[in-house]
Parts: sequence; structure tokens; C-alpha cells
Amino acid sequence: MRIVVASGKGGTGKTTVATGLALVMAQAGPPPLFLDCDVEAPNAHFFLKPALSRREDVNLLIPQVDLARCTFCGRCAEVCQYHAIAVLNRNVMVFPELCHGCGSCTLNCPERAITETPHVIGVLEAGQTPAGIDFARGLLNIGEPMASPVIRALKKWRTAAPGQTVIVDAPPGTSCPVVEAMHGADLALLVTEPTPFGLHDLRLAVELARHLSIPAAAIINRDGIGDDGVERFCREAGLPVLMRIPFDRELAAGLARGRPLPEISPAHRAQLGALAGRLLEEARA
Amino acid sequence: MRIAVTASGSTLDAAPSPVFGRCPIFLFVDTDTMQVEAVNNNAGASSGGAGIQAAQFVADRGAQAIVSGSFGPNAYNTLSAAGVEMYTLAGRTVREVVENFKAGRLNRVTAPSRGR
Repeated sequence: MRIVVASGKGGTGKTTVATGLALVMAQAGPPPLFLDCDVEAPNAHFFLKPALSRREDVNLLIPQVDLARCTFCGRCAEVCQYHAIAVLNRNVMVFPELCHGCGSCTLNCPERAITETPHVIGVLEAGQTPAGIDFARGLLNIGEPMASPVIRALKKWRTAAPGQTVIVDAPPGTSCPVVEAMHGADLALLVTEPTPFGLHDLRLAVELARHLSIPAAAIINRDGIGDDGVERFCREAGLPVLMRIPFDRELAAGLARGRPLPEISPAHRAQLGALAGRLLEEARA
Repeated sequence: MRIAVTASGSTLDAAPSPVFGRCPIFLFVDTDTMQVEAVNNNAGASSGGAGIQAAQFVADRGAQAIVSGSFGPNAYNTLSAAGVEMYTLAGRTVREVVENFKAGRLNRVTAPSRGR
């Protein structure tokens, strides 16, 4: 089973929930594979404390134009969906930070004047955590704008053993990187907070999950603040609320020190354990 | 001389548009005859690389100079490579902008507006 923890709004507690779930699962049964796909700001390692022992660069293949063969016909610029290549009188400009590495320019060049050279945009890192969790994360290089290829590479790099549960910690938002992180999941756990902002982004996240045909459920964090808009929305949308985490100073202080939720609070360890048991049972059914 | 001005309408009396890559319309003006060609900017709708696409378009259409409010790094580099001179807008209508250009009252742009 593949569970993606997503949210829409940032800072709702995705990583709190994802790492908490992974830890209780590792305690109760075979340890899961954990993928931190928030490659612009991965932070699950603060809670899971893996010993990162393997590394691999993530490359995009960027076009390089041989001006001796180029006839400046402009076909490459025409087929580029991302405007990453421009042809100007006797000059061709490539913008690596806009290139998605799709290869269209190379494929369509009538003079075969384009070759592709790897451009490093990020790194993948993996290792075991003390709890036995297979941990891997992607890290986008500073200044690089495209997170999706790093997430895609991470998902390919570390795959689950037969029967192994995968927990994916998604980036915030509902744009391409989130679509990439959610793609292929059996269940989306949408962590939200009971505020108008939380609700606004939860709606988007639910819409995205439905679009990708992924069953979704909600987890309400900072329960007790805000208003009842999220609760009402969940009822009306048929979105089960699987867990509520109160707005609590002790929890916040513990998380700020890098302590995972099940370690801070036995009550939440029990709740997460029950949730994990329920999810695994439903996956088997 | 053929120059381009970023505009919000399709005549010389239209207001100039302060943005380059995502301006609504390019007005190509022959500074000798004041003849105008108005072209919608297709780059405005693209999700990324609008500045590059617009720069390529302006260069392909034979403009020797472009007048707009600001030019980002990608637009600036592309226009520079194409040999299109860049100038900063001054004037309430495109006609005024062109007159200012002809009188040498516009500032030449020599660096992108937003560095990295």
C-alpha cells in the first residue's frame, strides 16, 4: 500500500503525521519505506534521524547546439513547450532553468545539431533510520526551479519491497510537484487545519485527489482553533476525518525539538497506531 | 526604423503596457511613416518563459528596438543576443512614447530589471 500525506496549505502538519505513522508502523510490524518528496524543503529526517549512506545526483538532459551544423531554422524553439530555447539570427540560446529535459528539440532538429548534456538539479539520499525504516529523500539544488524531476527520480530510485508499505511525504500546494508525489498512491491523507486558509487549500487538495482517482481522507491538526468550516466541508464532501490533533503547546514544543509525535504523546501514539492498523487492514481487504 | 512598443490597445492612442513578456499587444511602429502593425502577444498566456518567447517574437518580426517598462533577465539576454535595443517607457500613449523615442528622450536599458 502506498499512502501519500498531502495538504494543500503549507505548515499544516504533513511531516508530523507522515513520520508519526511511519514510526508506529515500524513498531507494530514490517518497517515501511518513507519517501520525503518535499524536495524544496525536506524535513522528515529531523524526526526519523536516518543515517544517510547512499547518494545519487539527479540530472536533466539539457540541449547543446552545435552551431557549425545549425541552420537557424528555429524548429527547436518552435517545438519547445517551455520556451527554454531561442533562435536569433545567427545565435541559439538555451535556458537550462526552464528546460524540462523532454528531448523534443533534439528529436525534431532536422540537422541533428543538438546533443544532450546532463545538468545536475538535485540529489537523492537514502539510509536506514534507528527504527528500521527505509528512508529516502530528494533535495533540489538552491536556485533550481523544477522540483518534479527530482521527485520522479526519487520514486524510481527507491521502490518498495513486495508487500512493503510506502509513506510519501508530499510538498505543500497542488501544483506539478504535488501531482508527481501523489501519482500512484492508493490513499491520500490530507492534513488540514480548521481555518479558512486550511479549508481553501483542502478543497483544492480534495479536487486533485479526485482528479487522480485517489481515495482521500482528512486529518485535522490544530483542532480547536478557527471555525467549523473544515468539519462541515468534510461532512458534505464525504471525506472521512481519520484523526484530530489538538492545538497544544506541549506538542508544538516537542515537534520544535525534533521529537516525533508518537514519542511526545502516548495518546497520539495510540491514535496513530489505531489509524495505521485500520489503513493496513483496509489495504488487505 | 521599425520599433516595437508594449501596449494595452491596438492604436497609437492606446496606453503603453509596463510589462514586456506578458503585455497584451505589441505595436510595431515605422518611425518614419508612423504606420502601425498591432499583434496580440501569445506569450502572455504561457506558464513560463514568456519573456524569452516574446523576445524571440519581437526579434523575428524585425523590430530594431523595443520599448517597455522593464525587461527581466531572460528577456534581456535574449533581446541582447538578437541585437534588439531596449528602451524604458515614457509617455501616456504609444504615440507619445514613439515621439519621445524619435527625439532621443528615452533611456536605453543596459541591464535586466530583476537580477538573480
